[in-house]
Amino acid sequence: MNTTSKTFRSNIITLGLVLAFYAVMEAMLKGGMLSSLMKGLLVPLCYYMILAVSLNLVVGISGELSLGHAGFMCVGAFVSAVFARTLGANLPGMVELIVAVIIGAVFAAIFGFLIGIPVLRLRGDYLAIVTLAFGEIIKNVINAVYLGVDSNGLHVSLKDVKSLGLEDGGEVIIKGAQGIGSLPRNSTFTFGIILLLITLFIVINLINSRHGRAIMSIRDNRIAAESVGLSVSKYKLTAFVISAALAGVAGVLYSHNLANLQATSKNFGYNQSIMILVFVVLGGIGNIRGSMIAAVVLTILPEKLRFLSDYRMLIYAIVLIVMMIINSAPKVVEWRKVMAEKYFKKDKKNADGGEV
Amino acid sequence: MKKFLSIALAAAMTASLAACGSSSGTSTEAAKESSEQTEAAEESEASEASADGEFVIGGSGPLTGGAAIYGIAVKNGGQIAVDEINAAGGINGHQIKWVFEDDEHDAEKALNAYNTLKDEGLQMMVGTVTSGPCLSVVQETADDNMFQITPSGTTADITVNPNVFRMCFSDPAQGAKSAQYIGEHELATKVGVIYDSSDPYSQGIYESFDAEASNYGIEIVAAEAFTADSKTDFKTQIQKMKDAGAELVFLPFYYTEAALVLQQSKELNYSPIFFGCDGMDGILNLDNFDKSLAEGLMLLTPFSADAEDELTVNFVNTYKDKYGETPIQFAADAYDCVYAIKYAAEKANITPDMSISDICDAMEPAMGEIEFDGLTGESIKFDENGEPDKAPKAVVIKDGAYVLAD
Repeated sequence: MNTTSKTFRSNIITLGLVLAFYAVMEAMLKGGMLSSLMKGLLVPLCYYMILAVSLNLVVGISGELSLGHAGFMCVGAFVSAVFARTLGANLPGMVELIVAVIIGAVFAAIFGFLIGIPVLRLRGDYLAIVTLAFGEIIKNVINAVYLGVDSNGLHVSLKDVKSLGLEDGGEVIIKGAQGIGSLPRNSTFTFGIILLLITLFIVINLINSRHGRAIMSIRDNRIAAESVGLSVSKYKLTAFVISAALAGVAGVLYSHNLANLQATSKNFGYNQSIMILVFVVLGGIGNIRGSMIAAVVLTILPEKLRFLSDYRMLIYAIVLIVMMIINSAPKVVEWRKVMAEKYFKKDKKNADGGEV
Repeated sequence: MKKFLSIALAAAMTASLAACGSSSGTSTEAAKESSEQTEAAEESEASEASADGEFVIGGSGPLTGGAAIYGIAVKNGGQIAVDEINAAGGINGHQIKWVFEDDEHDAEKALNAYNTLKDEGLQMMVGTVTSGPCLSVVQETADDNMFQITPSGTTADITVNPNVFRMCFSDPAQGAKSAQYIGEHELATKVGVIYDSSDPYSQGIYESFDAEASNYGIEIVAAEAFTADSKTDFKTQIQKMKDAGAELVFLPFYYTEAALVLQQSKELNYSPIFFGCDGMDGILNLDNFDKSLAEGLMLLTPFSADAEDELTVNFVNTYKDKYGETPIQFAADAYDCVYAIKYAAEKANITPDMSISDICDAMEPAMGEIEFDGLTGESIKFDENGEPDKAPKAVVIKDGAYVLAD
């Protein structure tokens, strides 16, 4: 009884934090108190938080290492961008966005499913290897693809624009490495927050459900879980596919925030996947709220360090290491506990201190 | 314990957000008090910048990562032009403040950089340096109606909006001009192309070269691609050029990879004429590069650091004194961009206290009227599409230095 109410309370705090964040930002936006930089960062913050939460589902809850989260984001981004340029071009902005989110999530989920089926049956680090490859493959395939549309329908080529053989009036949509241009840029902060809340709702509910407990028991002791009849690959696959779908949603938000979408190693490459993993590790593996806060901090931090000019990336790395040590080095954690007890436990014995 | 920590973190987060919001908040209020206008935040920021009577001109480009050499060159080249103009009395007596932000050659970061620049009071933009990020930024500047001139963003679509101008040649123009030059000077009829299919710049040039080649009696006998992930071994591509009997190999990509192509061709005993575009500029400055390999290499570039006119000599000397290296074409482009803004601003008679949008509206027609001699060409003009009108120069490398080809 006590434990359920505690998780419930914790979840309410998580959702409450998001709503408070939204309320503060929206109020500052309305009051004209936000700098242009912060205005521009609002939507990116939403999709980075979604990415962090969704990856935490795989890394923290299911206990598998995935190094290709940006690949799923890439799938969602490009599928939704193609949709925005073709079928969705005549839909009103909001409808287009909602349909794009659904399409992006479905396609990313399909890829997650295809990858998960063979790999999640194996033990060991195979998921890390395969997802790493997947992320790179997807990026390179998209860089090679040319896609055009005319009255006869879609034309695909892997060579160049000429070989698409478009009729007069046909439109090239994906121009290989030049990507997709003239995107609608209609994602808003409010919409991003709604998607984030939906993501949280899905992930938190999954964790606290029968499925979630099964997934975590597999993580903690695979043999014991198998011995009570849990289908290991099925539960792992559930978590992985949901995580991929949510990454696809983040990709949709990404593609609808930029005028031009290209798959480069900067935005959908290995480094981006690692960045998302850093959000999760820094925020605490399995800690949903922590990974969200880490995503926000690590997205804003490099922008706020701009005044350091040439030393920006250096200082950023140092700050990252320091944060990591403060957050998880055993000695520091111990010291922190002692300090916290010293100052807080005396007067707030029943409230905060007991939770450790 | 956990709760305490998360609350503390959340508090820190909100505080940091509030802190960054409040700085512009106070300036907004100050501007409101002074002018009592209830305009959009951007415009009040612009009038704030005018208080000390200087123009804020700036740009963004990669200062870190693989493409950093271009961003740094633009930053430095622009700085030199700004210093010169300021020393000579500024634009209509107003000094220029030069601001530059890192965009890491990424579209998303470029938007952050642009927004940061706006917070710094940016009124006219010289940027962005690279094409991909530029395509996203131009839509933002169109929304703000901010005057923009890119020194080196070559993708064709960049100049679709009337507020954007360009100092370098666009990809289609470079491809077409290369084909024209090769055809008219009868350098070769059988041409092979190696290009980077993962790079919009390279691919764009190849496409227009491909489209124009037949008009000049050029037969493309082989076209081989590589990608950013496999840019160290070119022997397969070179062998195919050799087998196809290409007399000239067109290399529309950057000099770092081109240096490898030259070296590996030598190893394969294959020595056609090599022909490059403006991305080839810089090859002689590459560390540990055997300059004899580049002997006879031709490239189409608007700027050569070895030119002997006074403007170039001064610029190169200042650049060397200040930054300790020979400037590349990107620096020259940026230098010319700042001067283009100066001339157009004088023609349009703009003042720093005008709003961003008013400046842009005044600058657009003025850009069409100016004509000036710059580092990257004589009598540079801009057409109604925002494209530069200047003659391309072809240079040949002889004895480790650029020599103008006729």
